[in-house]
Amino acid sequence: MDTFNAIVQVLDSTIRLSVPLLLACLAGLYSERAGIFDIGLEGKMLVGAFAGASAAAVFHSALIGLGTAVLISVAFALVHGFASITHRGNQIVSGVAINFIAAGSTIILGQAWFSQGGRTPALQPGERFEAITWPGADAIKDVPVIGPIYAELISGHSILVYFAFAMVPFTWWVLFRTRFGLRMRAVGENPAAVDTAGISVAWLRYRALICTGILTGVAGAYLSMVQNGGFVKDMTAGKGYIALAALIFAKWKPVNAMFACLLFGFLDAAAIRLQGSPLPVIGKVPVQFMQALPYVLTVILLAGFIGKAIPPRAGGVPYVKER
Amino acid sequence: MAQAAIELIGINKSFGAVRANRDINLEVARGTIHGIVGENGAGKSTLMSILYGFYQADSGEIRVGGKPVSINTSNDAIALGIGMVHQHFMLVDNFTVLENVILGAENDALLKSSIAKARSELDRLEREYGLEVDPDAVIEELPVGLQQRVEILKALYRGAEILILDEPTGVLTPAEADHLFRILKQLKDQGKTIVLITHKLREIMAITDTVSVMRQGTMVATRVTKETTVGELAELMVGRRVLLRVEKGQSEAGAIRLSVKNLTVKDSRGVTMVDNVSFDVRGGEIVGIAGVAGNGQSELLEAISGIRHAVSGEVMLEGKPIDLTGKADPGELRDRGLAHVPEDRHHVGLVLAFEENENSILGYHDDERYLKGPFLDIDAIMADAKDKIEKYDIRPGNPRLKTANFSGGNQQKIVLAREMEQDPGVLIVGQPTRGVDVGAIEFIHKRLIAMRDQGKAVLVVSVELDEIRSLSDRILVMFAGRVVGERGPDATEGELGLLMAGVEHQEAAE
Repeated sequence: MDTFNAIVQVLDSTIRLSVPLLLACLAGLYSERAGIFDIGLEGKMLVGAFAGASAAAVFHSALIGLGTAVLISVAFALVHGFASITHRGNQIVSGVAINFIAAGSTIILGQAWFSQGGRTPALQPGERFEAITWPGADAIKDVPVIGPIYAELISGHSILVYFAFAMVPFTWWVLFRTRFGLRMRAVGENPAAVDTAGISVAWLRYRALICTGILTGVAGAYLSMVQNGGFVKDMTAGKGYIALAALIFAKWKPVNAMFACLLFGFLDAAAIRLQGSPLPVIGKVPVQFMQALPYVLTVILLAGFIGKAIPPRAGGVPYVKER
Repeated sequence: MAQAAIELIGINKSFGAVRANRDINLEVARGTIHGIVGENGAGKSTLMSILYGFYQADSGEIRVGGKPVSINTSNDAIALGIGMVHQHFMLVDNFTVLENVILGAENDALLKSSIAKARSELDRLEREYGLEVDPDAVIEELPVGLQQRVEILKALYRGAEILILDEPTGVLTPAEADHLFRILKQLKDQGKTIVLITHKLREIMAITDTVSVMRQGTMVATRVTKETTVGELAELMVGRRVLLRVEKGQSEAGAIRLSVKNLTVKDSRGVTMVDNVSFDVRGGEIVGIAGVAGNGQSELLEAISGIRHAVSGEVMLEGKPIDLTGKADPGELRDRGLAHVPEDRHHVGLVLAFEENENSILGYHDDERYLKGPFLDIDAIMADAKDKIEKYDIRPGNPRLKTANFSGGNQQKIVLAREMEQDPGVLIVGQPTRGVDVGAIEFIHKRLIAMRDQGKAVLVVSVELDEIRSLSDRILVMFAGRVVGERGPDATEGELGLLMAGVEHQEAAE
C-alpha cells in the first residue's frame, strides 16, 4: 500500500509539474503553427509570473493578478510580432532579446517596487489560486485505490490546472475544426497561399501570437500564484525551453503535447522523489544527477526516439511578397 | 467583337529603378483565350499580378466588364470574378484538396458547413468540366498535373469568370499539358475568359484566339493567333530573328566515351525507377533521352552523375570502369572528365544566395587554378568568372551579383558555363532549357552542338520533345524505367509519342 501511495504522490506531482510546461507548450504550438518560431516562451512566462504576483499582492486579488499576467505576457508577444512580422526581423534574435529583457526587468522592477531582493511579497490566501476540492473527495479518500486516485489526482488542484488540461482538446478543436485554425495552419505552411486567397498574413500571425501570449501569461501566473506563493527571480528555470523541446517531441500536435509534457513532468517528479533515497542495484546517487536526469532524457529523446518531426514549413521565415 | 472582359489602359509599374510595365494597353474579349508571350522579365507576371491585386499599378486604369474598378488586394480581384493559377502553386502541401479549396472562402467560423458545401460544389464542377480529383487526397501526394487542377478548382469555387494562368505548362508533361488545354477549351465554351501567360509559342498557336507580345516592359504587338506565325511571334519577343531549330552538320561519332550496362536504380522509397538500362554514348554525338517526366530519367541522371547510388550495373567512363553502386562520388566523376548540368538548377546546380563568381567555380573550387596555397585566389576566380560571362553572354554581366537575381535563362548559362568550360569528355545535361526563354534556348542549343563538334560525348535528357528531336543524333525513349526504343533524329513526333506512352512496349510484352 505504501508503494501505491508513493506512486499516487509521484503522479500527483507529475500533474502539478507538467502544467506550466503544458501551457507553454500549447502557447508555442499556436505561434509555431502560424510560422513564427518563439524561443521567447521562457521570457513571456517569466514576465507573466512577475506581473501576476505583483498585481495580486498589490490589489489583493488572484483574478486581477491573473489578468495582469496575461496582459503583460500578450504585450511581450506583440513586441515579438512587431519585430518578426511587421519588420521581418530574425525570430530567434527577437525571442532571445525578449528572454533577456524579461530576466533583467523582473529583477530590477521587483527590487524597485518591493525591496525584497527581486522577490515579490509572499501572497496571502485570496491572493493565490486555491486548490478546489471536488464533491465527495473527502468522503471516499480512504477507499482503497479509487479513493486516493480521486482525492489526490483528480480533485484538489487549482483552477489553472484544470484550465491547462481543458486547453488540450480546445486547442485541437480550434486547429482542426475552425476557420481560424485552418488559416493558421495554412499560414505556417505556405503564407503565399494564404495571401493569394485574400487573407492578411500579418493579422493572422498576430492573432496566433496573442493566443501564445495568453497561454504563457497563465503559465507564469501558475508558477508564481499556485506553485509558489510569490515571484522569485528566474523562477521559470528553463521551462520555456523544455516546452519547446516537448513541442518538437509532440510533432506540433495538441494531444501529443499533453503526453510529452506529462512525460517531462513525470521525470521531474521522479527526480524529486528519488533524491537522497538509494536506488536498487545502483545504490545512492548524487542529488545533482537526479536533477539533471530530465534534461539528459530530453536530449536523448529528441536525438533519436521520435522519428522524423517535420516542423511547419514556413516556420522562422518572414513573409515577403515575391516579385 | 464580343464585349471586353478586361481592359487595361495605360498601366505603369516600377520597382525602384526598374520599369517593369510601361504604358500597357490590353483588351481581352469575353469568352476567349488570350495569350501573353514574352521573354522572362518582360513584365508579363507583373502585369497579371497587378490585375490580381498582388501589386498596385503606379498609374493606369483597369476595367472589368466595361466598368472602371480599383483592385487593391487579391480579395478585390476575387470579388470581381478574377481567379489566378500561379506558376508556383499556391497550395498548402499537407492539406487535403478540400481544405485548400475552402481556404479563404469559408462560410463561417466553423469548418463543418464549408466542407460540406465544397464537397458538393467540387462534385458539380467535376461533372460540368470533367475536373476530376479526389477531394480527400493530400496535395503533396498528388502529381503536379492534379495539383494544378486543384488550383483551377480553387478559382472556379470562388466564382471566377476570368482565369489567369501563369506559365501553366512549365511543370507539366506533354500529356498533362494536352489535358489542361482540353479543360481550358471547355471552360471557354462555357463562357469563361482565359488569359494564358507563357513563353512557349507552340502553346500559344495551339490554344489561343488572340495573342499579345511583351518585350522589356512594353506591349509590342497584339495579333489574332490564326493570322500570325511562330516565327513572327519569336521575332517580336526577342526583337530580332530567332532560329527555332538549330542548324547542325552530320555527327561524326567516334569512340565510346560513356558506356552504361544493365543499370538499375531505386528511389528512396525502394521503387525501381531505372530498370536494367543499357546504352553507349560516343564522342561526337548527342544522345537524347525522351520520355514523360517520372519514367526514370531523373534517377538515371542522378545515378550516372554519382548523386544517387545505383543498385547494380556496369558503367565505363572513357574506357575505365566506375562503381556507381556506392563508391563513386560526384567529385571523383568530375575529376575523371564527366560534367553534369543538373535538372534542378535551383536546388542542385546553384547556391542561389551565392554571388555569380562563386557559383561559377562551385565544385571545382579546389582546383589549383582557383587556389593560392590553402586560400581561394579571388583575383583568378573573378577573372575566370568575367571570362565566362563574356563567352556565354550572361546578363547582367556582374560577377558580384547574387545568383538569385539572375533570370532563369542566365542562371542556366552560369551552370552551363561552369561545366562546359572544364572541357569534360562527357557532358550530361538534364532539361537544358527548362524555364529558359527563346533567345537563350537558341544560344544553349548552339553550345551543345559545339561541344559535340569538338568530339565530346553529350547526353541530354529533356521532357521537351521538340528539343530532343532538334538536338539529338540518336533518341532513346524511356518508359517505366526502361529504354523502350531507339530512333534516329528524323523520327516523327507521333512515333516518339507512342513510345513515350508505352504503347509499343506494352504490345511487345503481351
